[in-house]
Amino acid sequence: MAIFSVYVVNKAGGLIYQLDSYAPRSEAEKTFSYPLDLLLKLHDERVLVAFGQRDGIRVGHAVLAINGVDVNGRYTADGKEVLEYLGNPGNYPVSIRFGRPRLTSNEKLMLASMFHSLFAIGSQLSPEQGSSGIEMLETDTFKLHCFQTLTGIKFVVLADPRQAGIDSLLRKIYEIYSDFALKNPFYSLEMPIRCELFDQNLKLALEVAEKAGTFGPGS
Amino acid sequence: MTVHNLYLFDRNGVCLHYSEWHRKKQAGIPKEEEYKLMYGMLFSIRSFVSKMSPLDMKDGFLAFQTSRYKLHYYETPTGIKVVMNTDLGVGPIRDVLHHIYSALYVELVVKNPLCPLGQTVQSELFRSRLDSYVRSLPFFSARAG
Repeated sequence: MAIFSVYVVNKAGGLIYQLDSYAPRSEAEKTFSYPLDLLLKLHDERVLVAFGQRDGIRVGHAVLAINGVDVNGRYTADGKEVLEYLGNPGNYPVSIRFGRPRLTSNEKLMLASMFHSLFAIGSQLSPEQGSSGIEMLETDTFKLHCFQTLTGIKFVVLADPRQAGIDSLLRKIYEIYSDFALKNPFYSLEMPIRCELFDQNLKLALEVAEKAGTFGPGS
Repeated sequence: MTVHNLYLFDRNGVCLHYSEWHRKKQAGIPKEEEYKLMYGMLFSIRSFVSKMSPLDMKDGFLAFQTSRYKLHYYETPTGIKVVMNTDLGVGPIRDVLHHIYSALYVELVVKNPLCPLGQTVQSELFRSRLDSYVRSLPFFSARAG
């Protein structure tokens, strides 16, 4: 049971707030000797596994660390280019950590506006009159819940498929947004939310929702 | 409970089959455009979901629901996509969509030498079997179609 992340999208499709509350770790570390039996390729400024799925390393996983040194994009933290370093037989044996690539803030912005349009298309393709957009999207690893307010702001929560009580959590987040972002005199509408009280109360609400699975009626 | 409509796409985005039962609202665009919009939405949802997922996925995208309908999605490893829109009361129907693929599409279209693949299915047998199968589903309402 877990709540993975929260997104707030304004009425134009811009991401104005994002919080990763819990990221399950799916990483695999392994020591390799010279000819590396995985095929790596550069994709979107990241080094990804293109072929050679084995031992928990899957196609699409990114190189996260080499010999314990973190990798940022195509370079390691100490400035070496990953593919060049791994192409040199003198550097082996080498221990590489693989895992699902983390979303960069740019990708989060892109995904948020992508959801904004999917939401609109979902309501256009409806076979019934007067349908809203996507309210809940289900996959085998997570469920995405979305609540759109009358003013067009969307609150999106990604949670474990078994997590209950997300609907009341979404309304609670709306309440927190009204109380601590809208009533903050320094907050300007439609702009990224940078309010300390909003942060604190949101984290608190997520904790409560995660533990209880649900809010009691009336809260 | 009702079944609104059903789309069948191949891996190139060609709409192989479309049929509707209780559909109260049309999208307001030509059918060809609607298929493209539906396929485009599913294509984007697939890539959206695979990026958003916190863990590695097995089946990927399964369903979404709005305030009025629920879209069920099933994709085979060969890229055939079966999409069924129902009302909100219907639970997971992966087995139903799988049956449409394996017992109807594969048996009556893929194994039929007169049906060219990658084009709209012309087979009357497929059409009528699919229609009677969907009408026999427990969540297909008895109301007149």
